[in-house]
Amino acid sequence: MRFSENWLRSLVNPPYSRDQLVHTLTMAGVEVESVDEVASAFDNVVVAEVISVQKHPDADRLTICNVDVGLANNTLLQIVCGAANVSESIKVPCALVGACLPGGIVIKQSKLRGVESFGMLCSAQELGLGEKKEGLLVLPGDAPVGMNFRDYYQLEDRIFTLKLTPNRADCLSLNGIAREVAAITDTLLHVPEYELARDGCVDRLTVNVEVPDACPLYCGRIIRNVTPATPTPLWMVHRLERSGIRAINIVVDILNYVMLEMGQPMHGFDLAKISDQLLGKVVVRFAHSDETLKLINGENLELKSDMLVIADTNRAVALAGIMGGLETSIQNETTDVFLESAYFSPHVISGKSFKLGFNTDSAYRFERGVDFASTRKALERATQLILELMDDAVAGPITQVESSLPQRSPVMVRLSKIQQVLGINLNSNQIASILERLRFSFSEDKGIFHISPPSYRFDLAIEVDFIEEVARIYGYDRIPISLPKTTVSMLPDSELGRLSPSQLRNMLVLRDYQEVINYAFVDPQWELDFSKDCIPIALKNPIASQMSVMRTTLIGGLIANLQFNISRKQSRVRLFEIGCCFLRGAGDNYQQIEKIAGICYGDTLEEQWGVTSRNVDYFDIKMDIESVYLPQKVTFNKCEHHALHPGKSAQIIIDNHVVGWLGELHPRLQTQYDLPRPVILFELSLDSLDRKHLSKAKVLSKFPPVYRDIAIVISEHVTNDQLLKTMKDEQLHIVKDIYLFDYYSGKSLEQGKKSYAYRILLQDNEKTLTDQEVEVAILKLISVLQAKYDAKLRV
Amino acid sequence: MSAAIALLNKAGTIIELDQVKVRYLGKEGELTKLLKGLSKLSQDERPAAGNRINQGKKQVEEALNQRRAILLENEVQIRLAADNIDVTLPGRGLSRGGLHPVSIVLERIERLFRSIGFSVASGPEIETDFYNFTALNIPQNHPARAMHDTFYVENGDLLRTHTSPVQIRFMAEHKPPLKVIAPGRVYRCDSDVTHTPMFHQVEGFWVDEEVNFSALKGILMTFMQNFFEREDLKVRFRPSFFPFTEPSAEMDISCVMCNGSGCRVCSHTGWLEVLGCGMVHPNVLKYVNIDSEKYTAFAFGVGVERLTMLRYGVSDLRLFFENDLRFLAQFN
Repeated sequence: MRFSENWLRSLVNPPYSRDQLVHTLTMAGVEVESVDEVASAFDNVVVAEVISVQKHPDADRLTICNVDVGLANNTLLQIVCGAANVSESIKVPCALVGACLPGGIVIKQSKLRGVESFGMLCSAQELGLGEKKEGLLVLPGDAPVGMNFRDYYQLEDRIFTLKLTPNRADCLSLNGIAREVAAITDTLLHVPEYELARDGCVDRLTVNVEVPDACPLYCGRIIRNVTPATPTPLWMVHRLERSGIRAINIVVDILNYVMLEMGQPMHGFDLAKISDQLLGKVVVRFAHSDETLKLINGENLELKSDMLVIADTNRAVALAGIMGGLETSIQNETTDVFLESAYFSPHVISGKSFKLGFNTDSAYRFERGVDFASTRKALERATQLILELMDDAVAGPITQVESSLPQRSPVMVRLSKIQQVLGINLNSNQIASILERLRFSFSEDKGIFHISPPSYRFDLAIEVDFIEEVARIYGYDRIPISLPKTTVSMLPDSELGRLSPSQLRNMLVLRDYQEVINYAFVDPQWELDFSKDCIPIALKNPIASQMSVMRTTLIGGLIANLQFNISRKQSRVRLFEIGCCFLRGAGDNYQQIEKIAGICYGDTLEEQWGVTSRNVDYFDIKMDIESVYLPQKVTFNKCEHHALHPGKSAQIIIDNHVVGWLGELHPRLQTQYDLPRPVILFELSLDSLDRKHLSKAKVLSKFPPVYRDIAIVISEHVTNDQLLKTMKDEQLHIVKDIYLFDYYSGKSLEQGKKSYAYRILLQDNEKTLTDQEVEVAILKLISVLQAKYDAKLRV
Repeated sequence: MSAAIALLNKAGTIIELDQVKVRYLGKEGELTKLLKGLSKLSQDERPAAGNRINQGKKQVEEALNQRRAILLENEVQIRLAADNIDVTLPGRGLSRGGLHPVSIVLERIERLFRSIGFSVASGPEIETDFYNFTALNIPQNHPARAMHDTFYVENGDLLRTHTSPVQIRFMAEHKPPLKVIAPGRVYRCDSDVTHTPMFHQVEGFWVDEEVNFSALKGILMTFMQNFFEREDLKVRFRPSFFPFTEPSAEMDISCVMCNGSGCRVCSHTGWLEVLGCGMVHPNVLKYVNIDSEKYTAFAFGVGVERLTMLRYGVSDLRLFFENDLRFLAQFN
């Protein structure tokens, strides 16, 4: 909501500076978003009358004017002018010698083609008034000669822009804002008073409201002999413009002006264009499904059956409460009009402008709620202005159709509840004085108030709504600050279950990963590339096509982050993200799974002395994953994942469930995404990291451990897990641990063979092991490996 | 004996020293032999001879120890002379990564609220219209919906526009008193210099018998002062509108960049709008079967990116989602 400060102050003028007024409004919940000047700075410009105009002897396009700028003794100034529209007896703004105009132009006494000039006649553009019209700015004939032009045009005014919350429809008018300022500042309110126009003719249209629920109140009247081409008075043009409304013709301007003043959107129809005007009928109904309507904005709208329209006997002529039709709109030639002032129910207008893709001042107000107590008054006010500004205009009687308007029943508000909600001890007198300032009608008995919400307040329906009003006028800042008394209870802190994201993040950070956060909607191509078998959930209204589907994997974002950083000359990148992925479930249901994913690229370590650099590989990242899962043991099984290198990727398995995967990006994708070096990726479901068992301490052996190494040669297809399992399945109780410490494959071995070396820890809890016990155990392990995998001891 | 001591002092290394030791004090050493020979002497001679031998042995041992100490010290000196590193060379091995600044701030907010007994809850990011709007007192076609530029997905559900739905889900499942915060990602169909289509919010609420607007002001002021570690941080509350709170308020803090004197960040007002809050609307409590006569509740929602920018002086919101390592590493 934008408006002229001068206009507001003409209605209510608290003894506040501009800054104080802005602050006070903001602190009362009517936020002033900005205060803008109405014109750029300039000075020494006055209202002038052109007395005579002569052709310049040496220049075709120039004229020599004698201009009255209000000097003593009727002294005229000679000014050379280049504008085509200069003529005798017009009034224009004149910049005097010494004037400083927008853009730093200083007016000096000068000679133009040999003729002296003592000033400059100005166009609107030269004064920074925006309009790019050619020629001088011609002022109304009654403009007082010699008056400072800034005063005449009220250029010291300011434009206030309010950032209104949707509940404050009552502040969408100057009268409403003034009422609010009066309440906040406890100042007297002056609402303009005028005499009601008398009926000058008997003509009227019948109004047939077919849907009273959608339109509980409709007022209309005919006004004959209007002259829309009459210039709109300057003061009205200024007030309209400062509210961001362009002047169109005087009838439309008056209707817009009344909307700004009173908050009631109105519409005027060209009576001659309404068919059957002799039978005379206006219908308020929902549109028929095959109807179309050409709107004032030129759009040819196919109407839908939930759109309320104003119609004549044949067709829809306006989209009720939103926009009029082009055909029946008021033009300069229009002589008779039908004025409409109605109350359309918010639920009928709500959401329509969103669907139509445009908003109007009218729809904006109706969907938030218009004061139905002003509907008829607004029609009276518009009539009065029309009759005052157009001499021949005569008004017909008002036709009013009314059904059940919203009820404003009194609401019970308890002093005790006010105290409970706000935490302050206001007394009944304080509450009463606040309610009086708000002009609410109320009664009070022993701390129980019964307050009637005014018709213009659509946001006051229950007790707490009034508690907010009390707090607002009392001042939020005057409510003391306190800390609540509370009972002490300790928050549970389980060692089992979900690992907190914070713990998880810190583990990865200590393993040299940088956390990133990516958008959850991604490029569909990423999904095709990295998650082929999932059909991602699409957004109905994406911002851009590359952000149009919900991710099923975090990988796309990480690859994009990698590309971004490689292009900024990073040679080593290690990233992780924790975030939700979105999968289809049964039917229309979606699964939302928290995942964690990581990406590693470049050397294992940052470039440094004393360490030979090498590419990060599968096994480096495997250790990261294993340590994150500790103390839980996880299994890695070779897998086919179309985004991964088939020979260097694995599923991660816990209790026979696949909980994630790890591997090198498929070389095809590596090329496609222009990544110079191999990329290692992993992705795990967050809940697979849940802690399932509490640690349990075991008794440690007091007897010395024995270590034995065995190196075996097996087929390259045999896996470490198979060998370990085979050995562990023997369940030799003195074998406490077996781990691989060396791997060899190379020329010295037969083709298709590799060698693994294991270190075996043997220990007994009860005694020191004898050499013989150790030998028996080791031989047992070797023999089972020989039997099952044809393992040979490597010598 | 003096020969032994002379030999000891000639020994240049621990090994040579040990050889001398063996020669005199070993099992077959000369002094050991002398001691063994005592038994051949008569009763009378034995004590004096034994004494002499033991004294001699003692002297040799002392000399041995002295010499050993000297030699050990020499060896240490030799090592010290040889071993000398440039202690300013970089350390080796794996370095450390870092958290995203938004995570840092989220965790910080969680810690601050946990310290006064709030627990942490979460909820789905694809939400139903009911939880995101209806249950929060925002009916279909309410103009407040226009304040939320909502993303919709195929089945008609939506990407939550705030973390407030968690409030509903949590209150429906738990009995008061409740003190909860709900951090998470939220989505709005808006993208320009000051808006990203995804951002983070922390929703918080407290339901109890004596929770009122005055307490709301107290808790939030304490939070902001602790978050920015400024005891003198000023706050102010302005009336505002949210369909799910009544009374509703916007909270401003004095600008942390200019201390309220006016700068570009606060648009020369000295104040920063940081948070929306209010007393939970009775309609919302009704949806979750909480008796609004017995209990009152306050709720608030705070934008995490905004706090992060203010805390660390980040000037461009979009940097958070570009994930430029050079930007992120600044917060490690």
